[in-house]
Amino acid sequence: MSRFGTEITSDDIVDTLSFFDNWEDRYKYIIDLGKELPPLNDESRNETNLVRGCQSQVWLVSEARDGKLFFEADSDAFIVKGLLAVVLAAYNGKTPEQVTAFDVEGYFSALNLLKHLSVTRGNGLRAMVKRIQDTAAAN
Amino acid sequence: MSNQSNTATFDAERVRADFPILHQDVNGHPLVYLDNAATTQKPRAVIQAIVDYYEQDNSNVHRGAHALADRATEKFEGARVKVAGFINAAEPRQIIWTRGTTEGINLVASSWGRANLSSGDRILVSAMEHHSNIVPWQLIAAEKGAVVESIPVNAEGAIDLAAFESMLDDRVKMVACGHVSNAFGTVNPVQDIARLAQGVGALTLIDGAQAVGHWPVDVQALDCDFYVFSAHKLFGPTGLGVLYGKTALLEAMPPYQSGGEMIESVSFDGTTFNQLPYKFEAGTPDIAGVIGLGAAIDYVQGLDRDGAAKHEAALLAYAEERAKATPGIRLVGTAANKTSVMSFLLEGAHPNDVGLLLDQQGVAVRTGNHCAQPIMEQFGIPGTVRASFSFYNTRADVDRLFEALDKARQFLV
Ligand SMILES: Cc1ncc(COP(=O)(O)O)c(C=O)c1O
Repeated sequence: MSRFGTEITSDDIVDTLSFFDNWEDRYKYIIDLGKELPPLNDESRNETNLVRGCQSQVWLVSEARDGKLFFEADSDAFIVKGLLAVVLAAYNGKTPEQVTAFDVEGYFSALNLLKHLSVTRGNGLRAMVKRIQDTAAAN
Repeated sequence: MSNQSNTATFDAERVRADFPILHQDVNGHPLVYLDNAATTQKPRAVIQAIVDYYEQDNSNVHRGAHALADRATEKFEGARVKVAGFINAAEPRQIIWTRGTTEGINLVASSWGRANLSSGDRILVSAMEHHSNIVPWQLIAAEKGAVVESIPVNAEGAIDLAAFESMLDDRVKMVACGHVSNAFGTVNPVQDIARLAQGVGALTLIDGAQAVGHWPVDVQALDCDFYVFSAHKLFGPTGLGVLYGKTALLEAMPPYQSGGEMIESVSFDGTTFNQLPYKFEAGTPDIAGVIGLGAAIDYVQGLDRDGAAKHEAALLAYAEERAKATPGIRLVGTAANKTSVMSFLLEGAHPNDVGLLLDQQGVAVRTGNHCAQPIMEQFGIPGTVRASFSFYNTRADVDRLFEALDKARQFLV
């Protein structure tokens, strides 16, 4: 299990990113977050777990345990993988109610990050968020 | 006309001054635009022609009985004559306005295909076609019980001409092939392909989207049956394209879309259709776009075209030489005959990551599968990073690309 959502929270990420004043440090940080996200095994990298709407391949696996939702995610691109870690910091290990209540638009704008990413890339991230929210709604 | 190749070398710096968009900062760096295969930038003359049209001549063509309509029609039809001259079509009525390359192919697949294909017929397309030269054929083939087969492409990204020849038989009715590959820049031997196809009575459609912006094209010398391209890759506006066809074929083909402009007379007892090219141009056309394309052709023909092509070839050679000298860069598409596209991978890095980091440094490239999924799958790669050049690019642009790649590598590998 990754440390995102437990030891590394969405607030931690907002704080750290606000500290950097250039794109290079931001991107290095995002890529490093991605490296902390454990890779999915080949079995989990399947059609069902593939999130559509991303330029690169993104897989999301979810599991409900003790009333909480746990997510694992992976991508073949480093920057996207870092962004997945950013998203999981907000959602991993939360109750379905917490997932639904989380203000993701507010989070993204606090990150001040999406404007550095292309629209299509942003859309991929949103597709992933939508999948997480749908999972919460179904639980 | 300054078509002398023995004049001084092509002055890209001077030409850049004609393109307003190139002079801006992106993410805090002067823009380096290397995405010309996606779309080319527009010279001031094209932008001005469109503004002038709306400010002075705007009116519907062919219909009005007034001065503005006459002026608009004259410019609109004048552009058709320019396009005919530009690709050396025998007559202007062989030039049909479309929305782009994609619509041109759809028009032929739909109109010619519906009237001429039958069960068991074969349509051959190269394995590295753009999706828009694959999917329209698949749709009409499914409707008619025909099949679409791919012409093999080798590891260098070149068409295997011998394999193509061995595929030909009298069930082959259409061969659809790009003039230049948008994924790799390979220049395909389309003249040979047309000649071989003719040998079995098959027609050829050449997708010239990536050719017309780089060097002169002569449809009569190619002896293809159809040739399609987009204005926006020829320094003209988006949403407009050209379909050239041999007259007898176009005459025999049924209309594609219907409505105003394309009819001769309409009655509830039966409608007769207008003559070429209007038979295929239903509705009010993109008049401003057509006039913009006319201006783009004037602009291109006013350049030293030979010098421009040599300049682009030198840029590509320089970029590829630098790529080969850079550890960790793998060129994808290394055919002997190429035009203005360098597709590559940074080993260990996803192309999309590379593209994002280049963009941060003001360098615009395209990443991904370039709408050519089948060939990417054949090569076993998710896509490439594609730097594509036009005559307004310089060696300094190539240097900036490699500087930015160096930095991207520090992040990713
Ligand atoms: C080879 C090729 N064919 C077709 C197209 C499609 O052109 P358009 O989108 O202008 O119709 C493109 C452009 O991306 C292309 O490069």
